[in-house]
Amino acid sequence: MFYRENGQFKTSYKADQQIFPIAQDRWGVLILIAFAFLAVPFLADEYMMRAILIPFLILALAALGVNILVGYCGQISLGSGAFMAVGAYAAFNCWVRLEGIPLIAALLVGGFFATLVGIFFGIPSLRVKGLYLSVATLAAQFFCDWAFLRINWFTNNSASGTASVSNLTAFGFDIVTPLQKYIFCLSVLVVFGVLAKNLVRGAIGREWMAIRDMDVAAAVIGIRPMYAKLSAFAVSSFIVGVAGALWAFIHLGSWEPAAFSVDRSFQLLFMVILGGMGSIMGSFFGAAFIVVLPIAINIFLPLLGSLVGIEVSTAALTHAEQIIFGALIVWFLIVEPHGLAKLWSVGKQKMRVWPFPH
Amino acid sequence: MGFFLETLIGGLMAGMLYSLVALGFVLIYKASGVFNFAQGAMVLFAALAMARFAEWIPVYAGIKSPVAANLIAFVLAAGVMFIVAWVIEYLVLRHLVNQEGTTLLMATLGITYFLDGVGQSIFGSDIYKIDIGMPKEPLMVFQNAFEGGLMVNQEDMVAAAIAAFLVAALSLFFQKTTTGRALRAVADDHQAAQSIGIPLNRICVIVWCVAGIVALVAGMIWGSKLGVQFSLSSIALRALPVVILGGLTSVPGAIIGGLIIGVGEKLSEVFLGPYVGGGIEIWFAYVLALGFLLVRPQGLFGEKIIDRV
Amino acid sequence: MKLRQLVLAASVVAAAASSALVSTAAFAQAKEQFFPVLPYRTGAYAPNGVPWANGYSDYLRLINARDGGINGVKISSEECDTAYATDRGVECYERLKGKAKGSVFQPLSTGITFALTEKAPGDQNPLITGGYGRSESSDGGVFKWNFPLMGTYWSGADIIMQFITKKENGNLKGKKIALVYHDSPYGKEPIPLLQERAKMQGYDLQLLPVTAPGVEQKATWLQIRQARPDYVLLWGWGVMNSAALKEAVATGYPREKMYGVWWSAAEPDVKDVGEAAKGYSGLVATGLGGKVIEDVKKFVHDKKQGTGPADEVGTTLYNRGLVSAALAVEGVRAAQDRFGKGKVMNGEQIRWGLENLNMDEKNLKKLGLDSVMKPLSTSCLDHEGSRSARMHSWDGKKWNYVSDWIEADTSIIKPLVKQFADKYAAERKLTRRTPADCQS
Repeated sequence: MFYRENGQFKTSYKADQQIFPIAQDRWGVLILIAFAFLAVPFLADEYMMRAILIPFLILALAALGVNILVGYCGQISLGSGAFMAVGAYAAFNCWVRLEGIPLIAALLVGGFFATLVGIFFGIPSLRVKGLYLSVATLAAQFFCDWAFLRINWFTNNSASGTASVSNLTAFGFDIVTPLQKYIFCLSVLVVFGVLAKNLVRGAIGREWMAIRDMDVAAAVIGIRPMYAKLSAFAVSSFIVGVAGALWAFIHLGSWEPAAFSVDRSFQLLFMVILGGMGSIMGSFFGAAFIVVLPIAINIFLPLLGSLVGIEVSTAALTHAEQIIFGALIVWFLIVEPHGLAKLWSVGKQKMRVWPFPH
Repeated sequence: MGFFLETLIGGLMAGMLYSLVALGFVLIYKASGVFNFAQGAMVLFAALAMARFAEWIPVYAGIKSPVAANLIAFVLAAGVMFIVAWVIEYLVLRHLVNQEGTTLLMATLGITYFLDGVGQSIFGSDIYKIDIGMPKEPLMVFQNAFEGGLMVNQEDMVAAAIAAFLVAALSLFFQKTTTGRALRAVADDHQAAQSIGIPLNRICVIVWCVAGIVALVAGMIWGSKLGVQFSLSSIALRALPVVILGGLTSVPGAIIGGLIIGVGEKLSEVFLGPYVGGGIEIWFAYVLALGFLLVRPQGLFGEKIIDRV
Repeated sequence: MKLRQLVLAASVVAAAASSALVSTAAFAQAKEQFFPVLPYRTGAYAPNGVPWANGYSDYLRLINARDGGINGVKISSEECDTAYATDRGVECYERLKGKAKGSVFQPLSTGITFALTEKAPGDQNPLITGGYGRSESSDGGVFKWNFPLMGTYWSGADIIMQFITKKENGNLKGKKIALVYHDSPYGKEPIPLLQERAKMQGYDLQLLPVTAPGVEQKATWLQIRQARPDYVLLWGWGVMNSAALKEAVATGYPREKMYGVWWSAAEPDVKDVGEAAKGYSGLVATGLGGKVIEDVKKFVHDKKQGTGPADEVGTTLYNRGLVSAALAVEGVRAAQDRFGKGKVMNGEQIRWGLENLNMDEKNLKKLGLDSVMKPLSTSCLDHEGSRSARMHSWDGKKWNYVSDWIEADTSIIKPLVKQFADKYAAERKLTRRTPADCQS
């Protein structure tokens, strides 16, 4: 009853093909974006922004990229950390070596180089399928780990092998305070979110989904597997590269290759699978879940413990975090294998037919 | 020439050690179609259990002889792995029957975190010792053919022998016993096996138990070599190229793959590494496995993936 | 199935709502000085991180128990486990920094130090990176908020080389020295100094990186076996150290020729290897025992207030943690001497205190620290304070000192520090501090 599209008639092709055809969806998304831009800066304190919101925004962007590859095109990728690293270091080199280059341009250059690397390591996907493909992406991961540690040129010949940036500005605005960083990341995320949503509902998105569901049949009806798979790798790596550059520039400020290790790749894959494969909203849900959960456990478990009179040591806290995290992931996958996005769409469906059961 | 042979032998031994871990992967994938990312965590958990039991038994049970303590610790650790296998099957796998490969993969990753946390909570995060009496000094052979002789690591030789024995035992188990035949039937076709009355759940538990024992042996050997500590679970990432190269469903593939990857890693690190600054062995192993995959996309001995439209 | 989904949805909504309540505005009680602790008690580096953290926490408790605080201001502290991961370290920093108007952070990780070096100045939190961190941060003219007290990695590498030079009667020409290092910023830190010295002294430096966490080192040690270097320097952390020693045993490299930095020569690294590691030596920047250890046993452990096991008190890493806490406390005390005894100090004041530390023999004796650390005094341009260490050697059961205190040679280190500090300042477009700023 709340979600009915009764009475919403489309009178032009343009109206019918718009990104959110149902008015409730349109309004919902607009209100959400307005809330994020206008209300959250006043409601969130500095810790919330620095430690929760900014990582969430950047990792949601990265999860979006990974979702395109894993969720929409069905190619398992365990090397997203490497693509983030390529984006970060390419953007860094651009920033440091080309004087006065705008921040946005540096980020996009980072994404571009990540695209090149992504396409290169995506070539084996033309011959290798399924779990065996994971070895190609892991090769990318470990190779990039090594390259950024060993080749000094990438870190501008710094003695210790770390790269760092400071004094960021974009369009004349400083990006130094947490609020400025938050608005910047939010803008980038919104832009890329809209672009991604349009891509996946277009022809190329349908090609990807065809390859995912049945690649032999897709090839039979004329979809070129090489073009589809490599374009998935390209688009995904671009987005992940930009996210990596954001992570390095905005969140960390000073980073080493270990910030983009294989644990990061697993974390992104978790976000995609928990959030819902093949769903843009799912990437956001998954990112929120994975970013907030460890911190929430870390903060609430001692409180719970003090209620019962048990003091929780720091080591026990981290272990509890791991245990609860692992258990929750397994429980989640048992209860809803299609992820949080499926819960969301089930919820919407319920709202549509309420008060009837189905 | 002598040094080249030493590196080669070292590589072969390292490969055997990797294939010990890879065996666990292959066993579980073969019988239940699950790619068990938690194998590394299982190796760590088993090794922690054995190390701590071996430490606690002389203190609490008063058994002073190290041999007896180690044996009892081994048996107890095997028991612990049985419990772990049963719990995983009962709580996780039973509910995820027929789900996609990626879902199962993620579930095993969740189990990894869980086991890591539980293992460190119960047994601690320090470095623990496993002392099963392995010889630590190097052995020099062929002193006549090469000056100074070729250095061979005795501990690795014993480990390789144990690995070979384990593979032989497993092959016998699969070929000659009823349970082994049932396992092969389940690996072939779940539905057909079920239809002739093979209890799938019990088979699943048995497979995970066997994989647990393999993890225990692997953990014992790696733990004796390097000490039992959290980073032992990263051995799984080193064994992954072995599994992929040999084929996800082949036990001899795990061994052959292990030998190839071991030799490739060590030779590349020692002879190519200095030209590029060193530290290349991890990614070289993956690139090597990838190279083989491009020629045979299902691994050397793996089953061909047949796509039906 | 439907009920489960409902429960799942409800719990997700609850978690989301509760996360909105996450806030750390709880300031420490007005009259307490807050000391955050960023240890790693889990993960691959826990065996080495735990004793350090225990020493740190125990000293803070000692000050409360024995002295009633710093001039009457009690100490409160909170731990946040970083697991040696940079992003967790940054999150812990963000969470704990809100608990006081400025406090001293000691991340015990070079990676986290690099990240916090960017953030701490803006938040006015001084960083003590005693024995680790950026080597060039000893230049206080550029790094106003970093304090690599009691020796940086360049000082440490220099001291090892001095020891080896003395062993070779002053002539290292033509000798081969291999550096087995953890492939991370931590491991790469000593390389510029060692290369500088190689140019000066004519020895051949071979760099052998070990990919983190350094569990499998067979290839590295095969290369060492082939190259047969005269000395091997070990620059590892966590399990890499004991793995290196075990591989040295397995390839037959004499442990007497191996020298480790102060983070590679402690009890957790050799206790697993035992007798086989006999002869292995390493740097140690702290002394043994003394009044402060007695006090810790009496006031903290005997009253069951100890953070870790009692038999850990007095071990190498424990002492290092204890001394690190002592330095932080003395910084606060020095700040109180200037800005008001008995008051809670803010970040800028503590920074001033750390920059004007004067812990001479008399002072140390009064605090009971005279046998566990050497006199130290910092200044505006010198944030290192002191740069000497000893060599100790493992005899199969315990560590024994095999040298006197050796002081690092500043004639080699100072130009390097200036070069790298200037490079950092140029990259960041910072200007060096003026003499007027130094006096403030």
